[in-house]
Amino acid sequence: MTKTILEMRSITKTFPGVKALSDVNLDVREGEIHAICGENGAGKSTLMKVLSGVYPHGSYDGQIFYNGEEQHFRSIRDSEHKGIVIIHQELALVPMLSIAENIFLGNEQAKSGVIDWDETRDGARKLLRMVGLSEDPNTLVTNIGVGKQQLVEIAKALSKQVQLLILDEPTASLSEKDSQALLDLLLEFKKQGITSIIISHKLNEIARVADRVTVIRDGRAIETMDTDQITEDRIITLMVGRSLDDRYPSRVPQIGETILEVKNWSVFHPMHRDRQMIKNINITLRKGEVVGIAGLMGSGRTEFAMSLFGKSYGQKITGEVLMHGKKIDVSTVGHAIENGIAYATEDRKTYGLNLIDHIKHNITLANLPGVSRMGVIDDLTELDAANDYRKRTNIRSSSVYQTTGNLSGGNQQKVVLSKWLFANPDVLILDEPTRGIDVGAKYEIYTIINELAAQGKAILVISSEMPELLGITDRLYVMNEGRIVGEMPTSEASQEKIMRSIVRAEGKAS
Amino acid sequence: MTTETAPTGAITAPAKGSEMTLIGALRANMRDYGLLLALILIMIFFQYFTNGVLFKPVNLTNIILQNSYIIVMALGMLLVIVAGHIDLSVGSVSGFVGALAAMLMVGWRFPPEFAFLANPFVAGAICLVVGAAIGAAQGWLIAYYRIPAFIVTLAGMLIFKGLSLAILAGKSVGPFPAEFQLLSAGFIPDVIGPTVLSPAVAAVPASDGVAAVAAVPAVTLHTTTMVIAVIGILAMIIFSMRTRSRRKSRGYDVEPFSLFIIKNVVITALVLFFAYMLATYRGLPNVLVVMGVLVAFFVFLTKRLTFGRRIYAIGGNLKAASLSGIKTERVTFYIFAIMGALAALAGMIYAARLNSATPKAGQGLELDVIAAVFIGGASALGGVGQVAGAVIGAFILGVMNNGMSIMGINIDLQQMIKGVVLLAAVFFDLYNKNKSA
Repeated sequence: MTKTILEMRSITKTFPGVKALSDVNLDVREGEIHAICGENGAGKSTLMKVLSGVYPHGSYDGQIFYNGEEQHFRSIRDSEHKGIVIIHQELALVPMLSIAENIFLGNEQAKSGVIDWDETRDGARKLLRMVGLSEDPNTLVTNIGVGKQQLVEIAKALSKQVQLLILDEPTASLSEKDSQALLDLLLEFKKQGITSIIISHKLNEIARVADRVTVIRDGRAIETMDTDQITEDRIITLMVGRSLDDRYPSRVPQIGETILEVKNWSVFHPMHRDRQMIKNINITLRKGEVVGIAGLMGSGRTEFAMSLFGKSYGQKITGEVLMHGKKIDVSTVGHAIENGIAYATEDRKTYGLNLIDHIKHNITLANLPGVSRMGVIDDLTELDAANDYRKRTNIRSSSVYQTTGNLSGGNQQKVVLSKWLFANPDVLILDEPTRGIDVGAKYEIYTIINELAAQGKAILVISSEMPELLGITDRLYVMNEGRIVGEMPTSEASQEKIMRSIVRAEGKAS
Repeated sequence: MTTETAPTGAITAPAKGSEMTLIGALRANMRDYGLLLALILIMIFFQYFTNGVLFKPVNLTNIILQNSYIIVMALGMLLVIVAGHIDLSVGSVSGFVGALAAMLMVGWRFPPEFAFLANPFVAGAICLVVGAAIGAAQGWLIAYYRIPAFIVTLAGMLIFKGLSLAILAGKSVGPFPAEFQLLSAGFIPDVIGPTVLSPAVAAVPASDGVAAVAAVPAVTLHTTTMVIAVIGILAMIIFSMRTRSRRKSRGYDVEPFSLFIIKNVVITALVLFFAYMLATYRGLPNVLVVMGVLVAFFVFLTKRLTFGRRIYAIGGNLKAASLSGIKTERVTFYIFAIMGALAALAGMIYAARLNSATPKAGQGLELDVIAAVFIGGASALGGVGQVAGAVIGAFILGVMNNGMSIMGINIDLQQMIKGVVLLAAVFFDLYNKNKSA
């Protein structure tokens, strides 16, 4: 029997209001490739951050044994010192520095502070060869593709004498060819005795490279099994196997005529002109209907919504938007709002709120004409409106003069919703409306959504939480890699069915 | 960010339609009152250390004339800084426009059919348009080409410094026509006629009349100034009472009546005091009227116009503002155009005050203007700042300049003290903010 290199024992990690990990056990054998899979938000990344010291010792409960010794990592530096290197989903390279400079960033080949450039370049070249790159080490990172950047990250990891390499969804942004190359590289490393942990939900990849798989769900390690026991059905059941209880307010849908139609919508990446992010999407929304878009992270849901909302994302956008059967102009955010579309962003702090201003000003911002005449704001009308929506959405604050930056996530989200309700749209697109907010506030948000539907609005909900989509929507679209890969009434949908359409689409693409 | 209700920084509001507590209301406006208090303290300080020269009518008039162009530009700079930008070119632009005014009115010889261009009013209008066009050009690059304002206006600073030198051919040009000089040197006419106060009659027993008159000379008041002041005060009181009752009738909290009275009494006293001071000299300077109208308009713009609200939204969170349908580029463009026009006006006031345009005019003024806005509580990150703050900030700097000069403090020390005051003002601002967050 092979030696266990890493053992994590009853790891529990709590964030304010949320238990991200509870009593997780994980053991990784020396020289194996260990896959971790689970839904978005299941706790995979949190577990790896605990391991690598991003969350320092003491901020979680439980023990970590590495090479038989208990470890108290206080920072990434500590874990890297022991040969544990994590490569995050978002690459941590400096785009305007060269490959060589990036590889030795923070670990410069220097004598008393003076960089030895020959050593740097030679070392980089050697490492690049190990990962199968023939690029000149002086090339700027910004000038190479994402796939190669990923390999540079791995070369950087190798420069730190890595023993345990952790890759967080390494192929999420890679093309099929680059993914294959990367997976081959992992197998190569395995021969050299490097242990790897790979976080992935692509079952075909797991089946190809992993020796064992651990499934994580709701912050718990559900099961660890050998790869030869894996079947698609089994993994899907393990990943999503939870029941829907009454976390969702009930409602009787009253669905009317079609309000919004999007036809042949295509969008290209804002930077890379040739990368098509959204591929020929057709959707319809009806009066009083709550429609969901399911899909994994990076499937293009947000990009689709933002491109629809005043072309806020992407370039070379083609397709038509019809509102009540008439073609409408959504070329700017202003036009989209005037034509009855509202979009509440997934990142309320960066894109949704003016955090240094108070609730009142945030609520009326998208509809200033609604509280003004000839460009002059009537402050009492504005105050009335703000108070009205504060009451309707149940924003808990001392008054409408409270700074939004001081509110909890749930209340901030209600301010965002109020802002868009005050703009009085026909179609409301909600992107991850309950991300990062507690269960009670979630229920309130669902109630607001139901009321809006009852008023005859059409609501499009984008969410990574499948139970949420199943709980609140009437109809579902499933999206994957910029395409709609499935559509079903929610009454006939299940998490298994959604997962299956995603996995099938992945299979077809590969 | 996890608490459901964060009590800090918020107005604690009891039942609707009632009055807020005095403490709550004071705390809500602490920063505004604090700044005004600082100005008053600084004035009292210098009144004492200049042996009473500071509050002499002629000196107060001087302070207003000396700082008018700073205040005019601070209004525009406030918008620029609230929007999250900066404008380094305003000093040079004001100098250039002053030079242009001089050349139009005095320097260039126009053929008879174009002689009207030298008319002070025509020339003044041309200067304003040129200033707005300069600001618009810079704003266009900043807004639509996303070149950082720091760089665009730094380039503008160099360009217009050079251009003023070029059109003046390195020489001072003046004097200006009398009408143009009135912009800075003029006072409003006393249409009602002077009032002579004879304190001797009232204050001194009749038996000792002759000696008393010699000791306390009779005061001649510029009556129109006092009448305007009183009308202004009445208008302010009526307006604030109407706002108060309107709020109350719609069921909203109002500040406590005691505070309302105190505030109005204090403001009335201050206005009357300064009006009296000015009236005993030569009355309201023309430039103060111009300034007053501009300040009132900019307060209205920032508080009540949708345009103003959009500026704060852009400075607070640019992405959120544009995702709320605000045309952020257009707003930015207009802000810089307004800044340019104000720089032009300031340049004319400056030139009229010196009665000549010099190649060095306006240089370094941008720093005073920016300092005034920051002392006035604007945030360098954008989204925060008030017109009243910027005006008070400008006066704080102006009074310090004036007071220290009268005290005979060396210019080197003056610079250092002003630097420390700027730093201290921003430090206390951030300190308070961190404490309440």
